[in-house]
Amino acid sequence: MNRQTQKRLLGVAALIVAAAIWQIIAEYVVGRSFILPSVTDVADAFVTLLGSGTLLADITISFEHFGIGLLAAFLLGVPIGILMGWFRVADFLLDPIIEILRPIPPLAWIPFAIIWFGLTTQAAGFVIFVGAFFPILTATYTAFRSVPKVFVEAGKVLGCDTSFELIRHVALPAAIPAIASGIRIAMGVGWMCLVAAEMFGVSRNGLGYQLWHNYYLHQMPNVVVYMLILGFAGLIIDRIFRNYVDGRLLRWHAGEVA
Amino acid sequence: MSGVTIRDLGKAFPKEDGTATQALQDVNLEIRDKEFICLVGPSGCGKTTLLRIIAGLETATVGSVTVDGRAVTGPDPKRGMVFQEYSLFPWRRVIDNVAFGLEMKGVGKEERRRTADRYIEMVGLSQFRDAYPYELSGGMRQRVAIARALANDPDVLLMDEPFGALDAQTRNRMQKELLSLWEQTKKTIVFVTHSVDEAVYLSDRIVVLSPRPGSVREIIDIPWPRPRDRTSAGFAEVRRRVLRMIDETENA
Repeated sequence: MNRQTQKRLLGVAALIVAAAIWQIIAEYVVGRSFILPSVTDVADAFVTLLGSGTLLADITISFEHFGIGLLAAFLLGVPIGILMGWFRVADFLLDPIIEILRPIPPLAWIPFAIIWFGLTTQAAGFVIFVGAFFPILTATYTAFRSVPKVFVEAGKVLGCDTSFELIRHVALPAAIPAIASGIRIAMGVGWMCLVAAEMFGVSRNGLGYQLWHNYYLHQMPNVVVYMLILGFAGLIIDRIFRNYVDGRLLRWHAGEVA
Repeated sequence: MSGVTIRDLGKAFPKEDGTATQALQDVNLEIRDKEFICLVGPSGCGKTTLLRIIAGLETATVGSVTVDGRAVTGPDPKRGMVFQEYSLFPWRRVIDNVAFGLEMKGVGKEERRRTADRYIEMVGLSQFRDAYPYELSGGMRQRVAIARALANDPDVLLMDEPFGALDAQTRNRMQKELLSLWEQTKKTIVFVTHSVDEAVYLSDRIVVLSPRPGSVREIIDIPWPRPRDRTSAGFAEVRRRVLRMIDETENA
């Protein structure tokens, strides 16, 4: 038996044992599904939810919120990071503002998200944006500050005459692995903001919304189902992104990325 | 015609406390077209700084550098540079590294790849044209860097200890190859090195700089044909002379 299969088997065995312990505690020790739903309660709830047909809508809506937030964070974070990383003046100007805004928890923006955008998809997207923006900005900034000087000088002697050309042909490609890592962190943070972003009722669907909704209905097995889906979806997003970056973007970086 | 003329050149680096470090002072040097010049000198004498000023990566505090009668005001593809550190762009394949300068000039893809292929062949790396830099050895990387600089068809090739990081054997082979490239392309080469042996093996003239602030201490003509025999008495004699000159000034 090789290492890989051994690892898989042990992992699956551990999961089965954990599920068994959970089942026993839930059924015989706690005994109340409201406080701790058992594995079978959750499985039943999952099958029922599959039948009800709202799951797909929930996932779609959540991805919409997530996508809006992340796209906005990318479209603003990368250019501002480039400006601050490349131009000293931009750094001096923007750094104090960023330093004041950065420590504010994304969820603290929820009141203004509602006031500015109302109970809309954009409001939820905005909260996720706040969470995802700073990791992308910081990663881009740091990556640009640490572009090896010799690459920039090589670019200059080979005919890059302007900052724009140097950024486009030298600094940005050099910075992409670090920016990709930043985006990956940002996706994690953004996904964590999702539940809170949906809890103030921007729509009748969404994984985070359903989690709260079922809590109000005291449907705790459903709550666990949504928790697990949130976890799995987060995992899958991360895997897909990493495979994409490793495989397509960064062949030259030979697997040392993220 | 691609001579380099350096007139009364000085360079001072400002320090934190408001004073300045004088790196170069009163440098005067006339480099002829198609000449192979080596700059040697004690550590810290400013030979790399001088090279970087010729490249346009640094600006002189006083004096002037003219190439082909035109004053140097900034970096220009007409002056190719090979750096001591590995400077290939790791995200580009060999072929696209070599074609970079032509891409910046706006040369079409077909044509710039054809040109790049020619220079890759010249440095003997045709079978690595599609490799990424991390797949190459140190010597190969510097050969690609030389091809990349030559692909721009510069008037002058500036080399800053390009073989400094290579092992002795690879270094000797690279020196031989560089001479053959120089004979094929007939560029003016200004080559900074720590190794007196390398300088005697390569150059038409060795320019010995004095310690900081650096200026031209002596210029030694080496009129022998190439390839040169490192073990000959004449070779050893010139090497000894240059070494003594550097040693004296270093201990002075």
